[in-house]
Amino acid sequence: MTAIDLEVQLLAIVVAVTCALPGVFLVLRRMALMSDAISHSILLGIVLAFFVVEDLTHPFLVVAAAATGVLTVALVEALYRSRRVKEDAAIALVFPALFSIAVILIARHAGGVHLDVDAVILGEIAFAPFRRWEVAGFDLGPRSLYLMLAILLVNVGFLLLFYKEMKISTFDPALAAALGFSPVLLHYAFMSLVSVTAVGAFDAVGSILVVALMVAPPAAAYLCTDRLPRVLALSAGFGALSAVIGFWGAWAMDASIAGSMASAAGVVFLLAFLLAPDRGLVPQARRRSRQKVEFAVRMLLIHLLNHEGGPKAREESQVVHLEEHLRWQPEFAERVVRSAEKKGFVGRKRGEELRLTDPGRHLARRTMLS
Amino acid sequence: MISGILYDLLFDYTLRTVAVGAAALGAVSGALGSFAVLRRQSLLGDAISHAALPGIALAFLLTGSRATLVLVLGAALAGWVGTLVVMAVVRWSRIPEDAALGIVLSVFFGAGLVILTFVQRDPSAAQAGLDTFLFGQAATLLERDVAVILGLGAVAVAATVLFWKEFKILSFDPQFGRSMGIPMLRVDMILTTALVIAIVIGLQTVGVVLMSAMVVAPAAAARQWTDRLGTMVFLAAFFGAVAGTVGALVSATAVRVPTGPTIVLVVSALVLGSLLFAPERGLVAAWRREVRNRSRLRTEAVLLDLHALAGQHEDGSHPHEIGALEAMGHHPGGAEETLRHLRKRGYVSERDPGHWVLTEAGRERAGRILRDRGGVP
Repeated sequence: MTAIDLEVQLLAIVVAVTCALPGVFLVLRRMALMSDAISHSILLGIVLAFFVVEDLTHPFLVVAAAATGVLTVALVEALYRSRRVKEDAAIALVFPALFSIAVILIARHAGGVHLDVDAVILGEIAFAPFRRWEVAGFDLGPRSLYLMLAILLVNVGFLLLFYKEMKISTFDPALAAALGFSPVLLHYAFMSLVSVTAVGAFDAVGSILVVALMVAPPAAAYLCTDRLPRVLALSAGFGALSAVIGFWGAWAMDASIAGSMASAAGVVFLLAFLLAPDRGLVPQARRRSRQKVEFAVRMLLIHLLNHEGGPKAREESQVVHLEEHLRWQPEFAERVVRSAEKKGFVGRKRGEELRLTDPGRHLARRTMLS
Repeated sequence: MISGILYDLLFDYTLRTVAVGAAALGAVSGALGSFAVLRRQSLLGDAISHAALPGIALAFLLTGSRATLVLVLGAALAGWVGTLVVMAVVRWSRIPEDAALGIVLSVFFGAGLVILTFVQRDPSAAQAGLDTFLFGQAATLLERDVAVILGLGAVAVAATVLFWKEFKILSFDPQFGRSMGIPMLRVDMILTTALVIAIVIGLQTVGVVLMSAMVVAPAAAARQWTDRLGTMVFLAAFFGAVAGTVGALVSATAVRVPTGPTIVLVVSALVLGSLLFAPERGLVAAWRREVRNRSRLRTEAVLLDLHALAGQHEDGSHPHEIGALEAMGHHPGGAEETLRHLRKRGYVSERDPGHWVLTEAGRERAGRILRDRGGVP
């Protein structure tokens, strides 16, 4: 692993974490696809700003791009509020139009502009280390790493400063308005933050993969916990994890780094979807099957209690008999009996005949009473 | 230039092929997009078109064939799987639909990029064709591509005609459909499959990045002109065909104008025009309605107040000072301008400067307004 690999890896992690933090609020506010809209339309800001300053590294490009992002949000909301189209259609109308203008402008002036449409979509994180930041002859490292670190700092600062406001306005906008701070102002401040983040990340991973980093890690984190601080921390962690897996995956396969990072984010989400404690599909299925056995154990105990001391007690206590009387499959009956035995609710006498123990009798009575 | 294009359209074989293909894909995506827009699934198209990328790349990698039909079927399969993943995530977790769409569109697209890097590594691969799938390239449309577009498009249209009633119920009142015993999940699957087809046949011309606009924009434009589903679907198909043809022809004849963005700009202009100028729902019509209403309310208030003042006076033709009228508090911004306007229409006259009285016509008009409002004349 060379120093350049290390720099790319570091940049990938910073980009992923920077995207994952505001992404949490995008997902919680059901605005995940705003990231799609913003990450596309900022290209128009970049192109127009480039025509003005004619320098691809000029900071004005970032400002103009972020402004276009906010303009996109405003346009979508204006369209939606005119009540001529629904909100989802408003998003799908605004960003393709802005993005198309940008692509046509780039294509028409391809000779003069060192802007490549493919790079816009795919990102070029692998080339990031070749654009260095030098001060008085000293090489301080890749420029985009510093840019991303600065944006990360702004994100963390914003979330620390307005954590309470963001939380209330996300979960209870009416309360937020009643408490006297303006949800609209906060909303636009936040969308500016998302735009700036998208601009920085866009340079590294391209517009569509910004969406992957802004939505997948927060969604995975949201499946793992209910507490907002933990969602934020986990989301950042999942983002970094996706960056590491993605980078090494790309390295091993010699494939697109950005694509590989997005795929890794997808895998992380899939794992959370399947395995998240409580909410994952596997824990849910296991809980259901455990509950099924627990319920069956109670049924077994009540069944035994009903016939205890009765004329057919011996017959009804046979394991084989359970199969026809309670209509259990043989292996399920065996599983239930074993679970009841293990918990000390029944004992087996003479091989196949079941007997209630004292705790078992007690539980059966209590179940019938409740 | 326009006449040049028209001439070429009639006599240039290549251009005619491009125009037919673009018109067909625009019509199909416009028609099927109508249902997506009505069902608030506008962004499903975005997810499907992006999700199609790995399908295209895999189809090429596995078969080594660049035949449009192979690539389009790969795209359809991947787009369809993407839709199923969105449905599964929404159904079995608490992830909201928009986030599920975002994950599917970006992750599938990312996976597609990874597979594309494998494709591009193969030097013998004629991979130039795959690049056009990002932004579309109308100029590469050949006769056999158009045949695929027409064939698959016909399937999607046939499904729409065949299941018209079911699609309509699904779009407006799925609960009702369920209560009627219609298997709504199956209808949903058929409609989604038709939408997937409508999207993938446009990918070569419009590109995966912008195809979602062809699903949403024609339908959104058509929606402004009508409240009837049948009219909307036809109009959307028409708008889609117009945008497809114009965009494809401009980009095929001009230098360095990518097709997808051009088509999207044309269709966006159609949306803007519809939003502004449609009768009834159009913003201009709504604005004019509001101006008219406001002016009517203003003139009626002045007439009624003058009428009331006349009623308080023994002599009904006694002129009243404008100040008295304004003091009644119904005339924000003053009554002078409205009075002049009413004089032009012969309802009031000015006796002395600043003193106004109802004419005979004005009295009659005020009486009629009162009667219409259910008061006593």
